[in-house]
Amino acid sequence: MNAPRSSPLRSDTSPGPHEAVVGDPVAAQYLQGLADDALVYAQRLGEWISRAPQIEEDMALANVGLDLLGQARALLTRVGALDGTGRSEDDLAYFRDEREFRNVHLVEQERAGFGFEMARLLTFSTYQCELYAALCRSSDPVLSGVAEKALKEVTYHRDHATQWVVRLGDGTEESHRRMQEGLELTAPYVAELFDDDEVSRAAAEAGVGVLPSSLRDACTSHVTSVVEQATLAMPATPRWRARGGRDGIHSRPMGYLLAEMQHIARSHPGASW
Amino acid sequence: MSERAPEAEKSWPLWEVFVRGKRGLSHVHVGSLHAPDAAMALRNARDVYTRRQEGVSLWVVRAADIMASSPDERDSFFDPAADKVYRHPTFYDVPEDVEYL
Repeated sequence: MNAPRSSPLRSDTSPGPHEAVVGDPVAAQYLQGLADDALVYAQRLGEWISRAPQIEEDMALANVGLDLLGQARALLTRVGALDGTGRSEDDLAYFRDEREFRNVHLVEQERAGFGFEMARLLTFSTYQCELYAALCRSSDPVLSGVAEKALKEVTYHRDHATQWVVRLGDGTEESHRRMQEGLELTAPYVAELFDDDEVSRAAAEAGVGVLPSSLRDACTSHVTSVVEQATLAMPATPRWRARGGRDGIHSRPMGYLLAEMQHIARSHPGASW
Repeated sequence: MSERAPEAEKSWPLWEVFVRGKRGLSHVHVGSLHAPDAAMALRNARDVYTRRQEGVSLWVVRAADIMASSPDERDSFFDPAADKVYRHPTFYDVPEDVEYL
């Protein structure tokens, strides 16, 4: 408060040397990818409410979804500030079209069996654990703050998925078979998480983000150890693999997901409760 | 727990959940849930009963492992205590010159 205005050591107008500046399109696009992953998967997990094997699992998956929604909200708000458009989290969530979403294909795939969901949750939460652990050191103060808070959340998500994968894999003959099927269904969507693109390279260069490929080994090693503990087998390299999500190229289920997620906000613009 | 649906009997056992609100307090019974084993019961308890920062510690106990008093025994168990006023410390007059009591 009483610091002399002429102090050379502090300035109220210019950001620190490693701080992302408002009007930073690279950082905005990078954060949008992270935000869209969380937002779209939150929407998918919400679909489990009333459909999980037990009401306790309804709650667990809803909690995971709500954690992800919280991450998406904080990140999207930051995106609106960084890209210079001043768009709100709602503008970004409800009024962008399919081609403007930067999420990976893994999170947009339709809800299938519980085995697939646990395989997907294990894959995605392991990725997020490594990602957020690295992003705690991001030069963007908002992103590092979100990462620090989210890391505790996603560590629990990973534990939840691990518990189930181990129990189903090392359970009955049928649960083992169905858990293995879940892993096979997930396999074509894993590699995309670790694809470096122009945006992530520039974000990593600037100290805002982290190179996706740098997370691959740690993720693969964790998932492999869980899969082995579950007496399951890591799927072979799939013949086809998803790509393009970060460029706005999505698969068939994405349009339906957005229609369901966005139609109320679009039917009643500006409505609130 | 004799009213449990037969279907639930076949699947997951029932667990009773105890939450400690904060350090220094005791664990208090908050409800029950179904889970396949103790580790999952603890996680389900976290998800169902501590979503709003209700606690700092959780216990889960298999409902089948709790031996409970029966309503039929209420008269013989609890009523005899009703007229034993001498079991309360306030029943006794403490002489003024007794220290450390």
